[in-house]
Parts: sequence; structure tokens; C-alpha cells
Amino acid sequence: MSRDDDHHHHHDESEDDVQEHRTHGAPLTDVELRVRALESLLIDKGLVDPAALDALIDTYETKVGPRNGAKVVARAWVDPAYKRRLLEDGTAAVAEFGFMGRQAERLVVVENTRDVHNVVVCTLCSCYPWAVLGLPPVWYKSAPYRSRAVIDPRGVLKELGVEVPADRAVRVWDSTAEIRYMVLPERPKDTEGMSEEQLAALVTRDAMIGVATVTR
Amino acid sequence: MNGAHDLGGMHGFGAVEIERDEPVFHGEWERRTFAITLATGFLGKWNLDMSRYAREQMPPAEYLATTYYEHWLFGLEKLLDQHGLVRHEELEARLRDAAAPARPVEGAGILAARDVEKTLRTSRTSKADEDVAPRYKVGDRVITKNVHPLGHTRLPRYARGKRGKVVLDHGVWVFPDSAGNDLGRKPQHCYSVRFTADELWGTEAPTRDAVHIDLWDDHLEPA
Repeated sequence: MSRDDDHHHHHDESEDDVQEHRTHGAPLTDVELRVRALESLLIDKGLVDPAALDALIDTYETKVGPRNGAKVVARAWVDPAYKRRLLEDGTAAVAEFGFMGRQAERLVVVENTRDVHNVVVCTLCSCYPWAVLGLPPVWYKSAPYRSRAVIDPRGVLKELGVEVPADRAVRVWDSTAEIRYMVLPERPKDTEGMSEEQLAALVTRDAMIGVATVTR
Repeated sequence: MNGAHDLGGMHGFGAVEIERDEPVFHGEWERRTFAITLATGFLGKWNLDMSRYAREQMPPAEYLATTYYEHWLFGLEKLLDQHGLVRHEELEARLRDAAAPARPVEGAGILAARDVEKTLRTSRTSKADEDVAPRYKVGDRVITKNVHPLGHTRLPRYARGKRGKVVLDHGVWVFPDSAGNDLGRKPQHCYSVRFTADELWGTEAPTRDAVHIDLWDDHLEPA
């Protein structure tokens, strides 16, 4: 059996059947069996440490996520000196919070203003600033977003509820290198009395990708 | 390669649908695929760009019909086979029989659980320390090469043969179009290059808008 044939037999089942298994916890799908077999081989061969696998999953499931980025944004909103540092050297500024490492060797933070709306994509794979936002959501990795964000950013943004005025420039950042981009969204109106912590609670993952605005 | 992964500018995929309260992983197999891919990456047998290239080689019809972690699994199986760590036949045998033998691999420096936190914080994959002179400076006008390499490249199809302007110099980085094809790191400057929307998409595109793409010296010519 050729390599391609091996892989194609995943798809003999219709999508509905696959969905059925996933929903009702019925027999494992081919891809689930395949991952299980591969992991067991890697463990038996001494190529992975099972405890390290659990630690990797735990890191991105419970420790690193968009709350990291939200803290950075809220700090930038209340502290002009921090905001300057963040826009000047994002990597160093987020390291002040201890956020660094994998998928953020260089972080560039781009500011949304009255004149510019920034939005981030990776058309070639799904590069994403893990250190500040965690792992990317499915829509960010999907063909609709990766194909359309560069050719019709205003259309995509409008569908997602962000109408960018005609006199405001849209700037798309296609993450084709190991440089990672995060959007500093505009601070919402009527939040003058709010604490940094309260502000951080308003900041969403999608606003830091640039497909949403922050509201009170 | 002009593969199905190079999606920028394509039509027909429909609306972007955001899942509310999305979990980090959709099912246990995604967790395991993520973890074994990251962990085996630290064996040092391949680089990040080679792992991207492995995923890009999934046949186009299959790539478009499968999910992100299925691309990862395809790429991982390919790399493990190519490097003799887990042969396809071994995996097929293990699928048929959970007790099928695992041929031992000697001398692998594996990622230990106690090192995970430090490794994730400090791992560098692509920033280069070499002192290489930049060929361009911020403000320079450039034109991207019109090239269609069969191997790995980070110059997207929609931006080939296009005129842009250098807006940021990111410093010296490994060149994926070399490293991804296992041809060496070839460190050089990487820049953010600004392309106007009408340069990329024609005169009907909004004139104020632009796409910024990270490109390396070897992707660019003076304009």
C-alpha cells in the first residue's frame, strides 16, 4: 500500500460518520487510532517522555493563553511609558511580564488608532504569537481566513462585526517569518475610572488579532 | 512549492466562522498530536522549516479536506520516516497489532519533563547571531522575485513579482527557503515589506490599504 493510499483511507467515512463518533464517544476514528499508535511507538522507542508530553499539553491548556496578552494591553493603556516600550520593542516589553519563548523570538506590537486598523494572519501555515495569545483558534487556521484576510480584509472584518471607516487604512500583517505580531486595540470610551485589572478583563483574543474591537 | 497551503488570495472557501468559547484542543487526539510533534521537534533531527515543508507536501485535495492537526500528523509521520525514527511500515504494523515490535533508536536526546518549562521559555529556532550586512534599509523600494521553487519557500504566490517598500528591518534570521530544504541556515536579513492593496490586487482594491509581508534578502531585488 502506498503512502498516499494509507492516508486516503481516513476519508472513506463520510464527514457525518466522523462527527457521529466524536459526538457520541463511539469507536475511535482512524486518525485517533493513528495518533495513539504513533505515540505508543515513540514511547516504546524512548523518543518521547510521556511526562513531558503531559507537561507540554498542560502548559498550553492552562498556563499560556490570551490572558497573557490582555495583561500587556491593559498595562499599555494605563502606562504611557510602558506603551512606548511595547511599541518600540515588543519582545522586551512582554518579557517584563515573563512572557517569552516559543513562537515569539521577536514580537512586534502594532497599534490600532483612528487612522489605522491592523489585522494579523498567516496565509502559509498558521503562525501565531503563542507566548502572548496561546494556541490559535480554529478559524485563524482555517482556509476561509487564510485566503481572504489578505485580499478582502474589510469584507472579513465587516462579517465579523468590525466596520472600518473608509478613511481609516487597513494594514494586514502576513506572518511569513518567525516574527510574531500582536495588535494593541483602541481603549474603549468611558473606561477612565477602571483599574488595570478591570481593563484586562475587557480585552479579547480576537481584538489582539485585529478582528474585533474592545468594548465596555 | 505552489501547494494548497499557500492560500492567500484564493476565493470560494466561504465565511470565517468563529467558535464561541472554543476549547484549546478539540479532543484527545489533537492534544497528543500537538505534544508528540513539539516533543520530537526537540530531538534535533529537523528544523522548524523542514516541519512546515513536510506538512505542505500533503496532496492538495487532502490538505484542503483535513484539519490543522491532521496536517501536523501527516508532517510528523513523514519526518519520522525520513529520519529512520519510525518507519511507515512500523506504524502500519502497530495499527494492525498493538503489540507489534518497536525497533529501538539509540542515543536520542529526548525532551525530559523537568526541562519542558525552561525549554519553552528559552528555545530559539530561527534568530541568527551572525553579523550579516543588510542589502536593504528602511524606505528602500524593492521588487519580489517571480520564482516558483519546487521546495519550501516563504514567499507567498500572491506576492511574487510585486513592488513594495521596506518598512522594518527585523535583523538576521535563518533563511527558510534554504533551511526548510535541508540546505543550510543561510542567515540573512529579514524585513517587513509593505505592499499596497492595489499593487497586489489591482486598481479596484482600496488605495489606503496595505499588506505587510516578512521577506528575506534573497526574495528581493532593488526596484
